[in-house]
Formats: sequence, C-alpha cells, structure tokens
Amino acid sequence: MSCMAQQTYVSSRAAVPNLEFRPKGRGIVPRGLTFAAVLIILLMLAIIMGNILVGGMGTISWEFLTHPPEQGMKAGGVFPAIFGTVALVILMVIAVVPIGVFTAIYLQEYTSPTSWTTRLIRVAINNLAGVPSIVFGLFGLGFFIAFVGGGIDTLFFPEEGPVWGQPAIIWASLTLALLTLPVVIVSTEEALRTIPRELREGSYALGGTRLQTIWRIIIPQALPGILTGSILAVSRGAGEVAPIMFTGAAYYLPYLPGKLNDQFMELGYHIYIMATQSPDIEATKPILYGTVLVLLLLTFSLNSVAILIRSRMRRSRVGAQ
Amino acid sequence: MLVRNNTNNVRIQSVEAPATGGMEPAEQHKMLVEDLDFFYGEVQVLFDISLLIRLNRVTALIGPSGCGKSTFLRTLNRMNETIPGTRMSGKVLLDGHNIYEDFDDPSSIRTRVGMVFQQSNPFPKSIFDNVAYGLCVNGIKDKRLIRDVVEWSLQQAALWDEVRGKLDNSAFTLSGGQQQRLCIARALAIRPEVILMDEPASALDPVSTAKIEDLIGELRKQYTIVIVTHNMQQAARVSDYTAFFYEGKLIEAGQTKQIFTRPQMKKTEDYVTGRFG
Repeated sequence: MSCMAQQTYVSSRAAVPNLEFRPKGRGIVPRGLTFAAVLIILLMLAIIMGNILVGGMGTISWEFLTHPPEQGMKAGGVFPAIFGTVALVILMVIAVVPIGVFTAIYLQEYTSPTSWTTRLIRVAINNLAGVPSIVFGLFGLGFFIAFVGGGIDTLFFPEEGPVWGQPAIIWASLTLALLTLPVVIVSTEEALRTIPRELREGSYALGGTRLQTIWRIIIPQALPGILTGSILAVSRGAGEVAPIMFTGAAYYLPYLPGKLNDQFMELGYHIYIMATQSPDIEATKPILYGTVLVLLLLTFSLNSVAILIRSRMRRSRVGAQ
Repeated sequence: MLVRNNTNNVRIQSVEAPATGGMEPAEQHKMLVEDLDFFYGEVQVLFDISLLIRLNRVTALIGPSGCGKSTFLRTLNRMNETIPGTRMSGKVLLDGHNIYEDFDDPSSIRTRVGMVFQQSNPFPKSIFDNVAYGLCVNGIKDKRLIRDVVEWSLQQAALWDEVRGKLDNSAFTLSGGQQQRLCIARALAIRPEVILMDEPASALDPVSTAKIEDLIGELRKQYTIVIVTHNMQQAARVSDYTAFFYEGKLIEAGQTKQIFTRPQMKKTEDYVTGRFG
C-alpha cells in the first residue's frame, strides 16, 4: 500500500527513476576488491607452503623421522620431538576436554543465561581467551611447578631433590589445557545451544531426569561440536611454544619421556631452539625446514583424523544406530 | 511395577466441584485444577483457572493463539518448570494428590502424565530405542520386557505394521505422520494414566491427521486425554469435553456438544462460530 502511494507521489513530480538503466560493470569494484583480498591470502599461503615444502622435502626421510638429533642438531632426526609433541597434546586433551565440556554443560543446562554467576563465568572465559600465551607460560611456572609441584615435594618428598617441582610434561600439558580451555568451552556451548528444546522436553516428558537427558540425549547430539572444539584445541596447542618453554620443554634429551614428571622435547620448541640458538645456522637450515614441515604435517593429520571422525559421526547420527 | 491399573478410580469427595459448566457430576475425574495462576517473569498468562479433567475422556482445550491453553496443558505435568523464570500458584491434583507438592521430583509425575508435542520430536536414535527410551530412563533393564513393551506400544499407536522389521532404522526415516505416531508410542510405553497432546496434528497432512484422530478415539478407552487444538472441527470430532480459553482465562467448559451448540458465554459463541480467532 505504501509502495503505491510512493509511486503516485513520484510520478506527480515526473521524476520516475529509470530502474532499467544499469551501468555496465556495476559491482565490479566490490567484487574485485574482495577477490583481491582472497588472492592475497591464497598467495601468502602458497608462498609459505611452497617455501617449506621445497626446503623441507629433501630432509624428510625415514631416518629423519625415527632418529634423535646428532652432532649438536646438525644431523640426525627429530623423533624425540615428534614423540614429545604427541604425548603433550594427548595429555592436554585428556585434561581440557572433560573440564571444558562440563563447564559448557553447567553454563548451558544448569544456569539461567541471565544470572550474574553465568555472566561472571562467561567474562572469565573470554578473559582467559585473551591472555597472551607467554603469560600462561609464566603462570604455569609459578602455579603448577612452584606451587603445586613444589607443594607435593615438600609434603611427600622432603628428602629428595625436586621430583614434581620442576619442569615436566604434566605441567606443560596442564598449562596448554588452560590455554585451550576457552576454545573447548565455546564450541561445546555452541553445539549445546543448537540442540532443539523439543528434544530435551521429549526426554523430560518421558520421565527422564536432567542428568539422564544430558547423558543420553544432549551429549550424543553435541558430540560433533565437542569434537570440533577438541580439534581446534589440538591444533592450537600443538603449535604453541611460549606456554611450554618454562614448564617442561627441553633443549635436548637423550631419552624419551616415560613418566608424567619427565621433561620432553617438542617440535615447536625444537624449531625455536634451532632458529635462535644454533652456532651454525647454515648447517641446521635443512633440518630446521624439515622440522617445520613435520610439525605442519603432524598438525594437519591430527586435524584430518578428527574431522573424519566428526563427519562420520554426523552421518551415523542420522542413519541407523 | 510397570503395568499400572488405569481404572483405579480415586474419587475426590472432599473437594467441591468448581464451576465447570455443564459437566455431568456423575462422571469421575482424573485431574483437578484449582485457582491456577501462572507467570512468565512478571507477565501473568493464566488467571485463576479451575478445571476438572474427566477420567477416560478426551478434554479439548480450544482458544485463539496466545490464550494460554498450551501453557495450561504444560502445568499438568510440570513441564513449565523446565523454563527458567516461570512461577505459578494454585493446585493441580492427580487422583487427589497435588502434583506440585506430593511428589519428590517432576520426573515421577511425567511417567504418569505423558505428553505428545506439536512438533514430532523423535530422538536421533533408532525406532526401537525411541520407544524404549522411557523404559530405560525409568530403570527397566529386562531386555525381553522392553522388547514386548516396544511392540505393544507401537501396536497401540497403530504403527507396528508399518515399522515391523525396520525397528533398527533411524526414526528420521519415517514420514512426519509416522514420526508423530512414534512419539505417541513412546509416550504410551511408560503406561501413563493421562496423555497430554499439544496440537498433535497441526503439522500433519489430512491423511495423517485422520490417523491421529482415529488413534485418539481408540486411546480414550484406556487413557485420560487432554488435547490442545486450533482446529475446532477436530475438537468437535475427538473430544467429550471442551474448555474455551481466552486471554489467559477459562471462559467456559463443558460437554463438547453443549459448547459447540449451546454455548452459554457470548465469547465462546463468537469463537466457535468463527466470528473471531
């Protein structure tokens, strides 16, 4: 109706806009600009990947993957660093997934979204996500190693030297877990939020308690989202160096970590050491390239495996169980 | 333990019957609502509702959108408690027991007062697991008993012939109408005494709707049914008693025949004759 009125108004002024007229090439500028932005990203990615692939391909061999570094890192492989990275990430996932998922369930299922406790927790999580990773490293040193580890030592091992109160893989993985906690919480919450109310009510209406509803309906439904969070946490955690350099990563170790309070070698940290501490940059360069490539491939393959699991789960959720 | 006697008629003698229009006092009631007020936050959506729900009869709740009939339905099995910020006062009695005070937790009420929703909401599980869910959460572990009850429930919901042999398929492989009957089967599996239906056929095509209505006709022999419906013809077809809600108030309640042919209130007459709503 208002459209009609407008039309009579316009025609009475004899100033009808000619909508047929569309200059050729309209929309080329925004399209071109946005495409240029995409191009820049693709180019950067291509340069980075190309450089690493070209530099690293020659180095990678079965020997390189399965042997420890030799001759002050000028020769040998990176096996201890691969092992350490995988162990670190696994421990981190064991710590971060339950805590993150339970937190998200608490926020979504047990509290009202407007209550002040919920808001406070959310603010805390957002702040946690904004803390620079080096601060996490120092926190891990101060809290996990000095306070928790040191406390365990004074209580249970007063006679010996530091047993738990020293850099160790457990403290490094807990520090990383803290760093990646917001990722898991946020993506789990996202998944919980998309579960329709009708499903919860369907369960309640059959006499299901809240716990049964969460356990039998909500968590299975949210599993792909939870996995996504874990994937993101893993790829974030596997690449972080700052949080682990004070809390457990070692420059060089002649043995693999076998206990939770052992130190460990890690790919990211290994790269950092070779890039900054090597006495002979030129000699370590091929090995450095190879190590970077291994770290990238490791992260990619961890991601791909998790994505595969997730998509399979999505399919089976709808299909027969 | 599972099989409850649906005809254990507890009569409430002491309670004076509230004004419920032309209901025959001789019929026994299953539920009784007294002076119910309900609030979403500060907003009052139900005002002083009193209503009898007759045993083994179909009671239809009609009224325009937003009149509070669904909210009222959900007070009958404490479903509104799952929504934060809601508040109510008044009494809801099931066989003379106040469901808000005499039961420890809402889930035990809901095994006696089952519910079917407007939008069919099967769980993302197999057909079998959907029907077995209510048994599992109520602690039934006997595999054979579960299998028998699942078959019985699907038969009761007139779905057995269509799904036998494909019980392991996902519930989502069923059509919309079948999914709704699956939800009814799921509700029947825990042997409720009362079944609440919130516009159970509003999202279905005419053929599926007719099947659901036939099913209600069968179920009313054994269950007390309360059904919310937008469709006046449906109310006239399936129900024995009708309650007309308008703007949060119960305007009139009585035998369906009387409500549709000789309504006592002007508003009811206007609504059932299609003058508004």
